[in-house]
Amino acid sequence: MAATSTAPPLPPALADAVRDDASLRRFLHGLPGVDQVGVEQRAAGLGTRSIKKAAKLWAIDTAISMVDLTTLEGADTPGKVRSLAAKARRPDPERPDVPRVAAVCVYPDMVAAAVGELGGTGIGVASVATAFPSGRSSLKVKLEDTAFAVDAGATEIDMVIDRGAFLSGRYGQVFDEIVQVKHACGDAHLKVILETGELATYDNVRRASWLALLAGGDFIKTSTGKVSPAATLPVTHVMLQAVRDWHAQTGQRRGVKPAGGIRTTKDAVKYLVAVNEVAGPGWLTPDLFRFGASTLLNDLLMQRRTQLDGHYSGPDYVTVD
Amino acid sequence: MWDYAPAPESRDIANLKPTYRMFVDGQFVEGGGEPLKTVNPGTEEVLAEVSTATTADVDKAVKAARRAYERAWGRMPGSERAKYIFRIARLVQERARELAVLESLDNGKPIRESRDVDIPTAAAHFFYHAGWADKLGYAGYGPDPKPLGVAGQVIPWNFPLLMAAWKIAPALACGNTVVLKPAETTPLTALVLAEIIQQADLPPGVVNILPGAGDVGAALVSHDDVDKVAFTGSTEVGKVIQRQLAGTGRRLTLELGGKAANIVFDDAPLDQAVEGIVNGIFFNQGHVCCAGSRLLVQESVAEELLEKLRARVSTLRVGDPLDKNTDVGAINSREQLAKIEELTASGEAEGAERWTSSCALPDKGFYFAPTVFSNVSQAMRIAREEIFGPVLSVLTFRTPDEAVAKANNTPYGLSAGIWTEKGSRILWAAQKMRAGVVWANTFNRFDPTAPFGGYQESGFGREGGRTGLEAYLDV
Amino acid sequence: MSERISLGRTDNRVTVAKTYKLYIGGAFPRSESGRSYPVTDAKGGFLANAAQGSRKDARDAVVAARKAFGGWSGATAYNRGQVLYRVAEVLEGRREQFTAEVGAAEGVAAKKAQALVDAAVDRLVWYAGWTDKVAAVLGAANPVAGPYFSFSVPEPTGVVAVLAPRQSSLLGLVSVIAPVIAVGNTAVVVASQDRPLPAVTLSEVLATSDVPGGVVNVLTGRTAEIAPWLASHADVNALDLTGAPEALRADLERSAAGTVKRVLRARAAEDFTREPDLSRMRAFLESKTVWHPVGV
Repeated sequence: MAATSTAPPLPPALADAVRDDASLRRFLHGLPGVDQVGVEQRAAGLGTRSIKKAAKLWAIDTAISMVDLTTLEGADTPGKVRSLAAKARRPDPERPDVPRVAAVCVYPDMVAAAVGELGGTGIGVASVATAFPSGRSSLKVKLEDTAFAVDAGATEIDMVIDRGAFLSGRYGQVFDEIVQVKHACGDAHLKVILETGELATYDNVRRASWLALLAGGDFIKTSTGKVSPAATLPVTHVMLQAVRDWHAQTGQRRGVKPAGGIRTTKDAVKYLVAVNEVAGPGWLTPDLFRFGASTLLNDLLMQRRTQLDGHYSGPDYVTVD
Repeated sequence: MWDYAPAPESRDIANLKPTYRMFVDGQFVEGGGEPLKTVNPGTEEVLAEVSTATTADVDKAVKAARRAYERAWGRMPGSERAKYIFRIARLVQERARELAVLESLDNGKPIRESRDVDIPTAAAHFFYHAGWADKLGYAGYGPDPKPLGVAGQVIPWNFPLLMAAWKIAPALACGNTVVLKPAETTPLTALVLAEIIQQADLPPGVVNILPGAGDVGAALVSHDDVDKVAFTGSTEVGKVIQRQLAGTGRRLTLELGGKAANIVFDDAPLDQAVEGIVNGIFFNQGHVCCAGSRLLVQESVAEELLEKLRARVSTLRVGDPLDKNTDVGAINSREQLAKIEELTASGEAEGAERWTSSCALPDKGFYFAPTVFSNVSQAMRIAREEIFGPVLSVLTFRTPDEAVAKANNTPYGLSAGIWTEKGSRILWAAQKMRAGVVWANTFNRFDPTAPFGGYQESGFGREGGRTGLEAYLDV
Repeated sequence: MSERISLGRTDNRVTVAKTYKLYIGGAFPRSESGRSYPVTDAKGGFLANAAQGSRKDARDAVVAARKAFGGWSGATAYNRGQVLYRVAEVLEGRREQFTAEVGAAEGVAAKKAQALVDAAVDRLVWYAGWTDKVAAVLGAANPVAGPYFSFSVPEPTGVVAVLAPRQSSLLGLVSVIAPVIAVGNTAVVVASQDRPLPAVTLSEVLATSDVPGGVVNVLTGRTAEIAPWLASHADVNALDLTGAPEALRADLERSAAGTVKRVLRARAAEDFTREPDLSRMRAFLESKTVWHPVGV
């Protein structure tokens, strides 16, 4: 693999895995399998945790701080992005104690508008790149796409992997692309979107997760949000296992971002329980776990009010962005 | 750190009454025995006083069952029996939440399990067997198989309502009447089931429920007018019953102890294997006759697996059985706790390496922190004796043949687990296991359609499925 | 003294009499105890001396049966069926000999004896046909409520100690052995104490008809002496009490409880000429349920 030399240093056992195409394939296919029924059962079981009172409030605030507030529409405008950024800074204008979200996530041409609103706030500006969402373009275009977003001030890049290459077994190609995009990111953090809905099996999700981690992705992310199914709990379990095991082998902590389809506080809490009990409490930070979402934030805000006010809130009491 | 706030299910839902009485001939009546006090093992508080049966009460109950058999149930068309049993299934579903809370109070098992496993599966058993009542001619025992008569049934404390359902449902479906003795420490849900049977308007005497200790069970199983005895419990008591029934011609089925091997090959889906191991031994505090109490792991993955396992076991939440977030509840009784403590002490004394979860335990109540012994050898007591608690013994193997030999190296033969992604190896190992239930890439699954029961000293006879009907038919 | 039954009288030569021995692990040893006992015909006339098996012979027979269990239970059902059919073939070939032995043992006329022998042959054929059907008839795919494939299969219980019928020296004997081995068990058979000779001759049939050594072991001797050792033997999995003396039955059952053996109780006056049902096979079958998740 041509680009191996630009990959970050790995511990010897893992460095062997990326020596060449054949080694990479052997490594990925040597990972323990994932039993579908087993992982889905575990996810459903953990999903029955009952999070109440102070624990729930903590979860809501933590979830808010983990939101990558996202707009990825053809109809996006600087105005829309500005309003989203305002929401990111003050999610609930009447409640200044509500934490800020982690980042806003936009298309590359909207990065500049977002940076203009968020510069100096500590809120990240994430941009999808690499011919999002399909990834069906040349490497050159993908790298330029990335550079364009980074140059405009993006602090985080959400790239997509080439699912076609992955599914046809060209792991080396996928690996190289990630390595080169990572290079193009410079200081920006790289989230690698696996588009798990297209990978079809949990075995593939596990392999793609390790592939992305080996190639230097700072986060592994489930979905673009443009493909159904998007994020699911069991898929996120498999990815959390990958970062947990990566940490066990390398000492490095990498992040996970489920994206798409997480709309309610109840769902978000289930994800946090999974983070807490599968990866471990060390991952309960926006540095290592994010929600890619747009409508989730308002539900979190409503539930937060419900918790604090002792009665149910309504959609007119939170802002549309 | 994120501490989950307590999320207890309300104990009011259990409709706990100060006293419970035995159920004979369609009525709740005072037993002649010394009332027993049933204790919440999660708090050690007394829950209720329960009347117990004497030998004379046993006789009364058997007579009632005989009358009901001869005058009503035994001659009723199967299609009519079916409708009664369907009613029971529905009533159990309707009162599921009440039964779940009561079960957790009386038994100590986490509400998550009583709610998601015990009660729904109990209802499923009634529903399944109800359908058999008018189809017995298709079960493979001849065109018109006959019931046996009066069944005397004795059940354990680990799944109180579920075991009652396993016993009563097939007996009724086949046309028998029942006298059932629930366990001394967990009589409450069986007595609510009696209420349900009353609500379902079953003819008096078809089901009789007699709380009490071992002496009541002994009187029941040795009663001359009982045609069939079904017992679930320890192998020790099972042998006593089998001896008692020797030469009497009365039918017997036994579901006894186990020391199941859970075999993990090096190509297993490790994360799910870890879940399966945890489910295998910590489900119901390990109070499960088919618990995967011996982990046999291939040496090449032993270290990795054990590391994952300990990390996972550390996340188990031990405590208040009524808390919806509790994974491991209370040990059912002080006696059982003492037995677990004694056996774990022997494990340490014999040189096994003990690891115990550092989870906090409540101050009151009977609790035992999940424990994993590694470096265990076949000769140690913890590898041979049924601990019936949250204690796992880990042994290693090098080759598939060695795994099978170690797995089968026990007088028990109730269940076994196999973890590998290789299909042919699963079928090979499943074939080699001398055990009545083999779970491959899963563990502790139960279903009324799937026969359950043991080889060798784990007992004989099956519960569930078409095969299970044999125990209650004169064939 | 009456004539030897095996060959009958010929006018001009002395017949060569057979020594009736035990059948253990495919061999024909004498009893390790060195004992024998006289066997008489129905009228009390001397027929032969049979080996009087001891507890140690029983022990050896259990060892042989256990050793044979893996191979026999692991053989294909088709193979077991062919072996049983082969037993029928060889038995048929010795029809005259068995007719004479059964006639002498049971004191029935030649025609009746022949009918019993024919029924024994037919019984073997009946069970030979069952070997590869019993799993389909007694097994099941269990429609469990979840994403699992669950199936149940009958499996042989293991080593079965069989107390052969006391009266029906061949048909009864075949009727109790065939179901045990058809489904893959191995057997230690205690032959009818008073009518053991057809059992020994049947052993010769078994030894020459592809039945692996140890699958069936036949002990002759005093039932009351041998049976308790088998009933209490920890490596015996099941006990067929068909031929147990009434006075012993309860005791034997009690002994069997020591290791939770499966016990097939004696039935009142079992008529072996009637077509059997599945109950003798079911008595020595376990049911194994296997679960596996269904997923991608």
